Parts: sequence; structure tokens; C-alpha cells
Amino acid sequence: MTQVTLTELCIFAASEAFRGNGEIVATGVGPVPRLGASLAKLTHSPELMMTDGECYLVEQPVPIGPRAYDDRKPAGHLPFSRFFDSAVWTGRRHAMVTPTQIDRFGQINLSYMGGTYQQPKTQMLGVRGFPGNTIYHPNSFFFPAHSPRVFVPGEVDMISGAGYNPAKRVAGGNYSGVDLRTIVTNLCVIDFGGKDAEGNRAMRVVSLHPGVTFDEVQEATGFALELAEDVAQTPLPGAEALEIIARLDPHGIRASVIKDNPPALRG
Amino acid sequence: MMLDKRMSAAEIVAQIRDGMTVGIGGWGPRRKPMALVRELLRSDVKDLTVVAYGGADVGMLCAAGKVKKLVFAFVSLDAIPLEPWFRKAREGGKLEVLEVDEGMFQWGLKAAAFQLPFLPTRVGLGTDLAELGGLKTVQSPYADGETLIAMPALKLDVALVHVNRSDWRGNVQVYGPDVYYDEWFAKAAQKTFVSCEELVDRMEDHYPEHAQANLFERCFVSGVVEMHCGAHPSSMPPHYGWDMKAFKAYAGAAKDPGDWDAVKDRFVGASEAQYLESNGGKEAVAALPLPIF
Repeated sequence: MTQVTLTELCIFAASEAFRGNGEIVATGVGPVPRLGASLAKLTHSPELMMTDGECYLVEQPVPIGPRAYDDRKPAGHLPFSRFFDSAVWTGRRHAMVTPTQIDRFGQINLSYMGGTYQQPKTQMLGVRGFPGNTIYHPNSFFFPAHSPRVFVPGEVDMISGAGYNPAKRVAGGNYSGVDLRTIVTNLCVIDFGGKDAEGNRAMRVVSLHPGVTFDEVQEATGFALELAEDVAQTPLPGAEALEIIARLDPHGIRASVIKDNPPALRG
Repeated sequence: MMLDKRMSAAEIVAQIRDGMTVGIGGWGPRRKPMALVRELLRSDVKDLTVVAYGGADVGMLCAAGKVKKLVFAFVSLDAIPLEPWFRKAREGGKLEVLEVDEGMFQWGLKAAAFQLPFLPTRVGLGTDLAELGGLKTVQSPYADGETLIAMPALKLDVALVHVNRSDWRGNVQVYGPDVYYDEWFAKAAQKTFVSCEELVDRMEDHYPEHAQANLFERCFVSGVVEMHCGAHPSSMPPHYGWDMKAFKAYAGAAKDPGDWDAVKDRFVGASEAQYLESNGGKEAVAALPLPIF
């Protein structure tokens, strides 16, 4: 049997973020989040809804990578033209995405880095749907290379998605929809179950991947993390999960997600 | 006697004057009215405010120096995530911008369509958008007293949209798997000009069984022109997919020295006929496979 890879462990951890979410649209952007959401639907959470990545709702998750256009079997329709009405602004969605930066408040950035807003050093995509996603429905994140360049000290360069920063809240604003759930990285799994000195929700390491220490995670993070009392080792996917992952990624795209595609168990 | 809204692409572009606000339908590299954008690129028009879910339309207009201000949530070619010509313009400090969330964007088009000054939303709270974009808040006058962001109306002087079919009167049929926000671009504009893959004289004589594909009514259409492959290199399902080879060449041309004037002939052409010919003609475009996501 081939070795379980670290990416497969991350996919398995990502699928747990979607457990028990109910009848909502599970959106995974990028190979690991998408395979995680699909794995959740095919195992513990069949009630999840998801699209083919374009606009059709599918009950059978669509494999990633090249395929025939008509391979997906639509059971419903959720085009962008209805996406905010149906999924985002009704809160019936949980997205797992990969922003360029995240800070200790869970604020995320996809817009630009460095320079000024008038003249950015690096222009990226723009905020896309992050502001609406973060104010309306649960969000989780995946980062393939945990580092202080991603988990930045201070605050992100441009706050594209709302977090738990009290300084960014206006009187009378309704922030009840801000619900940051799970962060899966190449080192660990984090939630927002911690509390900082001011009583704000803060990041907490809930499981460490096999062979990873908390010190290693802390060193790769630009701000102080908490460690859960009952911190566990991130579980390895079993044979059934691995078979499903392989079926959903027939071209092996997952091998290129984490640098050098290391095994889950450090040798 | 029937309404006849047929125009040439040049006549449509002649309606766009310096300083106008122009909305462009489609989404990223999908369903973009690129033939009309190319015609705009062949004109002398400048200082435009462009409102778009941006793709190569935005990148080309930025590269050509036609954009004074851009209203956007993203600019991307999907498989090429960062639109290189847009990126150059931003990093050169050349653009005024109003950056908004994707949902706020369509909300602003709807406010314009309904002739409202703004529509309230929670979206944007907790982010830098309001401060950077000068967006104001409003307070609910009801017991809840909630503070909301007032998304200003995105009023358009002109909207450009590419559709599958139209008749001479502007009865359109739009039937891709996702029509994005083309309906709201059309309704947010003083004048909407439509290019189409197929133009017929009277829709009822040709495709009456497809009337449900009439995404917006003809009162929102000021002019129509038939432009085969008019979305190329963006996708136009079910007719053709995007042309990734063309997008790669376009993105590659942005690298050093990245001089638009030196490369624009390849991506704009002297005429639409010449452009299409240099991209393999109708048959080659029709053979482009629909994209997989």
C-alpha cells in the first residue's frame, strides 16, 4: 500500500470542517478544500449541497481536473446570477478558501500587498466575495505552506473579509453572521475557540499533524497561538476515505498542492 | 413597420464618449462582449469609468490607457488567476478604483436599475472597503436600528452585453448555463447595446419556443449587432468555450517590456474580420471546448 500523503491528511481534516453543517452549500475553492467538501458529502454528511464548480448543483461530487463537460449530473441549478439570493446572503453556505494573508483576528486579504492602495506593490485578485461571505455565513481556510508571510503579525494589508477585530466594528452593525470555523494547514488544525487578553475570540491549535510540535507551529506564525488543552494528533484518513479521494482526483492533482508532496508520517 | 435597432459595431462605439461610465457584462473570462470591447479599443475614446466583473475586457482597456476609474470586485482570467495587464495598471498607480464585494456590485446595479440612490447591505462591514471606497452607512429607521452600508447605485451611461440571439427589435435570448448579471447591467444603463451570435428579423418567427430565455425585455435594448464569435477569447456557452491559448499569449505579452502598443494588433486587430481570421476563423472558435471547473 502506498503511503498516505500529508495532502490526503489535510483533505481528511478539511472534510471534518463540513461535518453536521446541515443542508447548506459546501464550497471548497482549490483542490484540498474541494476534495474535503466532496469527501464529507460522500461519507458523514450526505445532506450537504454543492456545485460542479460552475453552476449546477450535483448530488454526486464532480472529480477535479480534466473530464468531459457533460460528465457532471445536474440535480439542481445554482448559477452566480442567483448565488447571493440563494446561498450567500441567506447564510446557507460554508466556504473553505485560501486567502493570501490572515491575521490573529481572522481577518483575511485577497486584494493587494505592500505599497499603497493607490499604488500597490502587488495587486492580487481583488476582494471577490470575501466581504459578503464573512459577514453572512461560516468560513474555513486551507493553507498549504504555514508561515509568518501567511499568518501575518499585526493585521493583513487589506481587510477583505471580516474577522473578530473589535476595532473594525461600527456601533449598531450586525456581526452575528461572522463565523470562522476551521483552519487546516500543512502543520496543524486551528479553530477560533481561544480567547485573547481582551476577551476576543482567538486562534487555538486543536490538532497537530503527526511529528509536528506546537513550537514549530508557533514559529511559523506571526502572532501568539493558543494550544487546546486536549490537543490531539490529526487523524489519518482510513482506506475508505483514501479510495474516495483517489476517485475524486483521478489525475493526481493533489500531489502538487504541498511542496515535495511529503508523506503524512514524517520519516 | 417594425422597430429596427440594428447598428454597426462602429456606430455603437460612437455612442460612447470621453468620460462616460461603461458597464461590461459577463464574468471574468466568460460571456464578455469582447468584439464590442475591441471596437472600443480601435476608437479614440478615453477617460472611461469601467464597471465590470473583470476579465480581459478590463485588462485590455487598462493597458490601452482608456480607463480613468475602475469599479470592480475582481479581475481574473480564472485559469490565469491574476489578470496581468490590470495588475500592471494598478501597480503603476494609474487607476482610480472603487473596489466592492461581488454581491455589493450587483446590488449597486440593482439600485441603479430601480433609480434608487443606494441599497442597504451588511456586506462590507468589518472590512476596509467602506473606508477605502468612501462608502457611507445608514441606520435602519425601525426598532432594530441596525447600521448598514449604503451601496451606491452604479449608474451606467452605456452597458455592453453579448447574448446568444436577438432580433432586430432587441428581443434577446440568453441561454448559457449561467447568465451572470447581464440583466442588471442592461437595466442599470441609460443605453444598452447588445452584440449577438445570431440575429434574426422576428424572434417569434424563428425561436418562439425559447421565449423563456428572454433575460431582459427589449425596452432595455438601444441597439443590436450580430458579431459571430463576439465573446472570443472568453467563453460563450453553448457555442464555444474560452480560448486558453489566446489568453496565455495575451498574458505572456504583458511580460517585459509589456508594451501594449507593440502587441495590441495581435489582440485587437485592425478589424473584427481580421481579428477572427487571425484566430483561425469561425470554425476554430466553434471548436473550442466548453470549460471544465
